[in-house]
Amino acid sequence: MEGKTLFDKIWDSHVVKSIEDGPDVLFIERHYIHEVTSPQAFEGLRKRGIKVFNPERVLATPDHNIPTKNQHLPIKEELSRIQVETLKKNCEEFGVTMYGLGHPLNGIVHVIGPELGLTQPGMTIVCGDSHTSTHGAFGSIAFGIGTSEVEMTLATQCIMQPKPKRMRINIEGELEKGVTSKDIILYIISKISTGGGTGYFIEFAGSAIRSLSMEARMTICNMSIEMGARGGMIAPDETTFEYLKGRDFAPKGEQWDKAVEYWKTLKTDDDAVFDKELTFDAADIEPMITYGTNPGMGTGITGNIPTLEEVDESSQKSFLKSLDYMGFKPGDKLEGKKIDYVFVGSCTNGRIEDLRMFANAVKGHKKADDVVAWIVPGSHKVEKQAEEEGIKAILEEAGFELRQPGCSACLAMNEDKIPAGMYSVSTSNRNFEGRQGPGARTMLASPLTAAAAAITGKLTDPRTIL
Amino acid sequence: MPIEKFTTLISTAYPLPIENVDTDQIIPARFLKATTKDGFGDNLFADWRYNKDGSPKEDFVLNKPEYQGSKILVAGKNFGSGSSREHAAWAVQGYGLRAVVSSFFADIFKNNALNNGVLPVQVSEEFLQKIFAEIEKDPKTEIEINLEKQTITLKATGESEGFEINSYKKDCMLNGFDDIDYLLNMKDEIAEFEKKLPSFN
Repeated sequence: MEGKTLFDKIWDSHVVKSIEDGPDVLFIERHYIHEVTSPQAFEGLRKRGIKVFNPERVLATPDHNIPTKNQHLPIKEELSRIQVETLKKNCEEFGVTMYGLGHPLNGIVHVIGPELGLTQPGMTIVCGDSHTSTHGAFGSIAFGIGTSEVEMTLATQCIMQPKPKRMRINIEGELEKGVTSKDIILYIISKISTGGGTGYFIEFAGSAIRSLSMEARMTICNMSIEMGARGGMIAPDETTFEYLKGRDFAPKGEQWDKAVEYWKTLKTDDDAVFDKELTFDAADIEPMITYGTNPGMGTGITGNIPTLEEVDESSQKSFLKSLDYMGFKPGDKLEGKKIDYVFVGSCTNGRIEDLRMFANAVKGHKKADDVVAWIVPGSHKVEKQAEEEGIKAILEEAGFELRQPGCSACLAMNEDKIPAGMYSVSTSNRNFEGRQGPGARTMLASPLTAAAAAITGKLTDPRTIL
Repeated sequence: MPIEKFTTLISTAYPLPIENVDTDQIIPARFLKATTKDGFGDNLFADWRYNKDGSPKEDFVLNKPEYQGSKILVAGKNFGSGSSREHAAWAVQGYGLRAVVSSFFADIFKNNALNNGVLPVQVSEEFLQKIFAEIEKDPKTEIEINLEKQTITLKATGESEGFEINSYKKDCMLNGFDDIDYLLNMKDEIAEFEKKLPSFN
């Protein structure tokens, strides 16, 4: 019998039942919830007159709607406030733990799960949020679900899913200085398109991936959904164990040793076969920037927007519509384009290493006068660490302000909206039309590229400021 | 909670020949603040459909008189990419659509649609282009979707193509069953399963 992939090992060990020519009934070990995609699910439980199956497996945090200034005050926007209050009421009624606004453990759901040690190798994890794929960095199966599925998981701790196909993407070799994990994932998506991973669960492997820190790995898995994949994962190793050890909810003492022994078994067998396998050379990857309205429309920062002839005929109409929205022309050079806003944050790049990277790059420089920059930590823990490490001081010295944690301008559900027509260099995950506010023009990049743009006021190769 | 049954649908269709229509276009994030499932249909494709002052943009397909009342949306490849928001499926369903036809769907949207009685019908790129061409020729052209037989047919020309759906989901759609009812019947089995999982606490 041929070997099994990491994905198969975890999936198969969580199947309660397989329905013939139908989905698997998959047991879910960890369920994260937030205020936007859960109210209708709790309402469903109420209508059915049922309880939460196992409240200990659920953790709630409001993050999408919350302000990033003056969090001690009531939320000004009424609908946002109602959603956040509804989450609190639902959690109280159904006995679910919530780290609410102002709680020292509050933060973006995909930032706090890992930092609290709740996300662990070998687990099945869901959340009503597509970026749940982030948690796959620990060697778990983690994916986003809709609200009907949130209700399902609350009610039964299971979900019905057809088993996806398996893909492995190898990144081999060494990354050039100034190239980050964000550039790796934007590069992959630019190569295989936003639909290239649809139907697959992806394992990221290869020497360049192995050399990454946990936080850098999370950035990669976070954006696997942007190529359409159900999720992404990276086999756990010493880097993973080192990150988890001692965290609030990580196993302790003898249990820790037992856990590590089990986690070490979680890897793809040498003779396992994937439905698809791709390999890229790390040395080919430049700092990336997107120029269009989906994350696949990206290129190296020294590159140009494709000319019309370089685009498939069937896609030309969508390509031109996208460039028209962005105010760009086919063939335009990207370096040197003027920008208006910089956003550093989100579940993609809102962790301490991201802030550290940004701060180190802007140290000794000044923010360009005509750039508005929002630096938003992913959690209160990140915020606190940024103060303790002196990152906040470096940022302030360079003319930047550290705001309070939340999803913020990644999806602009709170007040942090980029005005119509403005160009934003953003470390978030989506450059869809209107994503950062109606009419906003988003260009996705790493914290380093964001730093270079913030101090020069234009798209700049970050390698020139290092 | 039962979903609306789906057997055979004969309807005209709204053509949206744009690729990679993402969930932020289907329902922009600022409309996700509701705590019920109602009313999302009014904001389906809000930024493409309305001017800043709230008046309808006349050139957007949902606002064109010739397609009014259609129950099918035909869209370019990779429909529904992006966020997991089920609000996108609620918006499609709330607008009165029962099926979306495309040459490729994002996974989460597909699941969400099925969980709300909206049938995603995946056809070949070639057939998709035929449908667009036929609608362009005659906006009143009808399309028949037969779930039992798993076929989609252009009534005007009789051209037909099969589509895939797993038999469990097909059964749910034909009968209006929902997954939660199925899982609730398995609760004891699930509780037993949970006891056998590795735990390190």
